[in-house]
Amino acid sequence: MKELLKAIFFVDLIKGLAVTFRNQKPSLIYTEQYPKERPFVAERYRGAPRLNVHPDTDETLCIACNLCALACPEQLIVVGAERNKETRRKELTTFTYDVSRCMFCGLCEDACPVDALELTQDFELASYTREGVIWDRQMLEEGPLPTEYKH
Amino acid sequence: MATSTTFLDTNELVLNMGPQHPSTHGVLRVILKLDGEKVMGADCVIGYLHRGVEKIAENRTYQQFAPYVDRMDYVAAVSNGLGYCLAVETLGGIEVPERAQCVRVILTELNRIASHLLWLGTHALDIGAMTPVFYCFREREEVLKIFEKYCGARLTTHAFRIGGLQYETYDTFEKDCHAFCDWFEKKVVEYEELLTTNRIWVGRTKGVGILDAEACKAYGVTGPVLRAAGVEWDLRKAQPYCGYEKYDFDIPTCAGGDTYDRYIVRMQEFHQSVRIIRQAVDSLPEGPIKGRVSKVFKPPVGEAYASIEAPKGELGYYVVSDGSTQPFRLRVRPPSFVNLQALDEMCRGCLVADVVAIIGTIDIVLGEVDR
Repeated sequence: MKELLKAIFFVDLIKGLAVTFRNQKPSLIYTEQYPKERPFVAERYRGAPRLNVHPDTDETLCIACNLCALACPEQLIVVGAERNKETRRKELTTFTYDVSRCMFCGLCEDACPVDALELTQDFELASYTREGVIWDRQMLEEGPLPTEYKH
Repeated sequence: MATSTTFLDTNELVLNMGPQHPSTHGVLRVILKLDGEKVMGADCVIGYLHRGVEKIAENRTYQQFAPYVDRMDYVAAVSNGLGYCLAVETLGGIEVPERAQCVRVILTELNRIASHLLWLGTHALDIGAMTPVFYCFREREEVLKIFEKYCGARLTTHAFRIGGLQYETYDTFEKDCHAFCDWFEKKVVEYEELLTTNRIWVGRTKGVGILDAEACKAYGVTGPVLRAAGVEWDLRKAQPYCGYEKYDFDIPTCAGGDTYDRYIVRMQEFHQSVRIIRQAVDSLPEGPIKGRVSKVFKPPVGEAYASIEAPKGELGYYVVSDGSTQPFRLRVRPPSFVNLQALDEMCRGCLVADVVAIIGTIDIVLGEVDR
């Protein structure tokens, strides 16, 4: 009899609907209005690569040791260096980073002994051309510019 | 199981389901042999997502290959990473510090919750319950936030390294885990309210896709599918790794082996995972997070197999070393691939609509099936 009444009055259905209506509270809404609302990414987020420069002198921190290129599973980093005749040190000339093949595993930044190469919190990496996602040294030092969306 | 012939066995209709079918959870193609609405057999065609991961491993160093395993079962990337790291650590005889093991347990259990949440959401969506998927993804978001704060990535985490961990836990890690556990336990009750007694849900799942214990063992099926058939087999208890023997938890089992029982088992596993996370967070020891591994890691000549209880079943990695920096051969035993083989047996005699429920209930990820 109880089962029959339950079946007639759709008790199981009402129970489920109660959950649905409980979750209608605006404070429980999770959707982010993306270009309008910028998502907050974690401090350790592994996003766009950056080649750090010294904040005062604007000189690159990279010592052209090539360890990042060796650590990279996809072999997408190419480090170009030249030996300075006077100081007898290797100096960085070019640095190419193919972001289109990068899987942001973080092995390159772990390998870097001087914290020059870093994966940053920038995440907008889209480009109109395939060449645009192969980043050269200048792009890596400046970083991608955050796009402003107008509507 | 139903009989193989009916009074109308004049002709058999072959129906291709997938690879674009939304309920095949990716790119699975199932060739169904139909007699009217009744399924007489199902052949799986796989390989649409084959990337040759095992071959890639032969051209990468041991450390370099670690990010690739995340891309096999991308829903449970942390578990994949753990399995691979365990296999290489066994091969190289590397000791993993206590703290690293404890953090590994926390993260893999969180990942189990995330994986089961995705399963619950999509499985319910396949069967026709729209509501749970939104709630499940909301809760999964919290797990992914913990991952993002811990290692900087949400899905393909690359959280573990050979020998331990790369990242120390962040400041509020323990607090976040506890907060998540407290909040999530209430949410599981909500899902149960939505589904467990719902008559449509019960009607669509009870008695559908029965796979008994004998058949499970014959196919080598593991994970919740096996436990729903009444076999109490969980590698966390059977051959503990990462210090699972220290934690107090139960193996949920059911007896029927149908879709509904698999649902019940996974719902129980939510509670067990929460239990393990709580114990692990409370007993998180201090100490180093990475064992001694040389930068140019060359394991001795030999082979090793390590398996873990991934959310979907037994996930094993078999590594053969020739003494160089790269694996000579690497073989993965993915749970989804093995569990999928039982699809034909489960589908026979069912209706076409039930096939959707059965594919959902095995909880496959095509990235892992095809590798």
